[in-house]
Amino acid sequence: MEIRSKEFKSRAVFAIHDASLQQAMGKARDGFVGKRAQQAAELPEFEALREEAKNLKNHILENLDHYLERYEDAVKRAGGHVHWARDAQEARAIILDICKRVNAKTITKGKSMVSEEIDLNEALIEHGMEVVETDLGEYIIQLANEPPSHIIAPAVHKTKNQVSDLFEAAHGGPRKTEVADLVNEARQVLREKYFRADVGITGGNFLIAETGSSMIVTNEGNGDLTQTLAKVHIVTSGIERVVPTLDDATLFLRLLARSATGQETETYTTISTGPRRATDLDGPEEYHVVLVDNGRSKMLAGHFRDMLRCIRCGACMNHCPVYGSVGGHAYGWVYPGPMGSVLTPLIKGLDNAYDLPNACTLNGRCASVCPVKIPLPDLLRELRHLQHQQELSPVMQRRALKAWRFVATRPKLYHAGEWIAVRVLKLLGRKGSIRRLPFAQAWTDVRDLPTPEGQTFLQRWQAQRGK
Amino acid sequence: MMQTTQNSRDAIFGAIRSALKRSGPLPDARRAELDANVPQHTRPAQDENLLERFIRTFESRAGTVQHIASRAEIPAAVEAYRANMNLPHRAAVGAALKDLIWPADWQVHHNRAGTEELLSVSLCIAAIAETGSLMLGASADSPTTHNFVPDDHVVVLEAASIVGYFEEAWAILRQRSEGMPRATNIISGPSRTADVEQTIQLGAHGPRRVHVLIVAA
Repeated sequence: MEIRSKEFKSRAVFAIHDASLQQAMGKARDGFVGKRAQQAAELPEFEALREEAKNLKNHILENLDHYLERYEDAVKRAGGHVHWARDAQEARAIILDICKRVNAKTITKGKSMVSEEIDLNEALIEHGMEVVETDLGEYIIQLANEPPSHIIAPAVHKTKNQVSDLFEAAHGGPRKTEVADLVNEARQVLREKYFRADVGITGGNFLIAETGSSMIVTNEGNGDLTQTLAKVHIVTSGIERVVPTLDDATLFLRLLARSATGQETETYTTISTGPRRATDLDGPEEYHVVLVDNGRSKMLAGHFRDMLRCIRCGACMNHCPVYGSVGGHAYGWVYPGPMGSVLTPLIKGLDNAYDLPNACTLNGRCASVCPVKIPLPDLLRELRHLQHQQELSPVMQRRALKAWRFVATRPKLYHAGEWIAVRVLKLLGRKGSIRRLPFAQAWTDVRDLPTPEGQTFLQRWQAQRGK
Repeated sequence: MMQTTQNSRDAIFGAIRSALKRSGPLPDARRAELDANVPQHTRPAQDENLLERFIRTFESRAGTVQHIASRAEIPAAVEAYRANMNLPHRAAVGAALKDLIWPADWQVHHNRAGTEELLSVSLCIAAIAETGSLMLGASADSPTTHNFVPDDHVVVLEAASIVGYFEEAWAILRQRSEGMPRATNIISGPSRTADVEQTIQLGAHGPRRVHVLIVAA
């Protein structure tokens, strides 16, 4: 999808006034946060696992070339093919090539955020292929012609009523209003697609170097039907998703379901190793993995290596007050919330996503729940720093910061200014609060500023010490 | 195309190594060391016996279990389940259970399952007590479609093949002479979704019910 992160402010305002969105987001917030907290509380080893997972990811990243080579060799030994894509355009070309070669007409897809990242659907549809998203959430937003608004719950912004409307329009009536009936209707429609599909595309939560396998974790079973019934299975994944062994993947599995959906495990964990064997009765005839760099090797080099630990659980957005208020679409690209505010500027360019690192209160909840301990607020602050250095921030803001630095590095001037400000504010205040403040209207529009007592902090501090 | 992929591969490895401040691959000695490493990650403590824990965790995910005394009792147990669910007299049965004497009035086949299939019966490789999960491996004896297409999936579990942790299940896979199955399915109850307003609904795309027959050790 075309990046629209520059419209963050206007989209956020729109989102806050969208009653359906606010209703849907309210429900989601309570569910995700509560269930994760319960899982974390029930597992005494949870914190130890987070620390181990962080260390293991760091180890993998430090030896990434080695594990990728081992993984590639093992995929080939199992009869699969590995393709390397430097960027989105190369990844699309590789997948299109495979689909054209097997004369694909219908392509089913399990959930894959990398496929969103590389704009895959548009490219396939442009070449006359039918693309069917099979994860229920992805299917709903495909019908609505919208991008996902959450990395694991793509239709979290939709109410049941909206889903009823979409299904009625797409499948013909009678209109279903119960969740069970809606799910059943999608089940019947999608079954027919699985069996007709020429190519099935899934993501890969983990790539196992030991066995050359890809691992996906789902609840619905759509990823399994997608890869089992199509003639060709294509896995799309980022190069950072490799892990050395099945045991290493297990460490992340123990954290992933708990952090993502607040379950001990998801329903299905599937390990796929190569194409069907001579004696197998089902399974794909070809197995391909498309490994996508798209900015990742660049992240490995600098301050943002920590971001490559991400296992895409979505806990950071579930716990983010900004995401909870505006939803995922305001962020304007495929990855929303705190992780998206780091990834989007790094993949799509700092100047294309100026507002995202700034749409953060630095409250730190995201980092406190991240299963691989990514210091998200630090990374967002670092991005702000880069924006400032590259002069992407507004001129007025940079001038204000310069003025601030001039004053703040001169204590006498600073204290004098403070002394004046406190007195001016006291004069402005009525009944203990100030209702409107020039230059800070955005702040005072929604709340009052308490009137200062008439002394500066330092004056009071010194008076206190004198006692 | 192959040329582009090769160029891209070299470029990606070049970028990774330069990011890691190296000019080439790791020294062979270091690579051998990494290959020989056997991970020892923390395993969440368990204080129940394996069978009890498996049943508790599997049932907590909406799975059902039934105890039987021996392998010979499988067909009668499946027939009782079929009658109870009011399913037609047919089933896709994994060839691993071909030798059993299935009811004479049933249509039994051992091929892949299509949409008309409502009931399947599989033999699992192992069960994992940690999360209440069954491990099935794709083969001529156990086609993957049996695990996902029918509404009702009956899985036969030998009580002796329950292990505590995922790591023990992986060890079983490593011991197989034929290597990893094409698909290894770890299944923890029926298919589910929460994509409509976070309401949990069973039977999203895979089986609506998963019933385990535990064969006594």
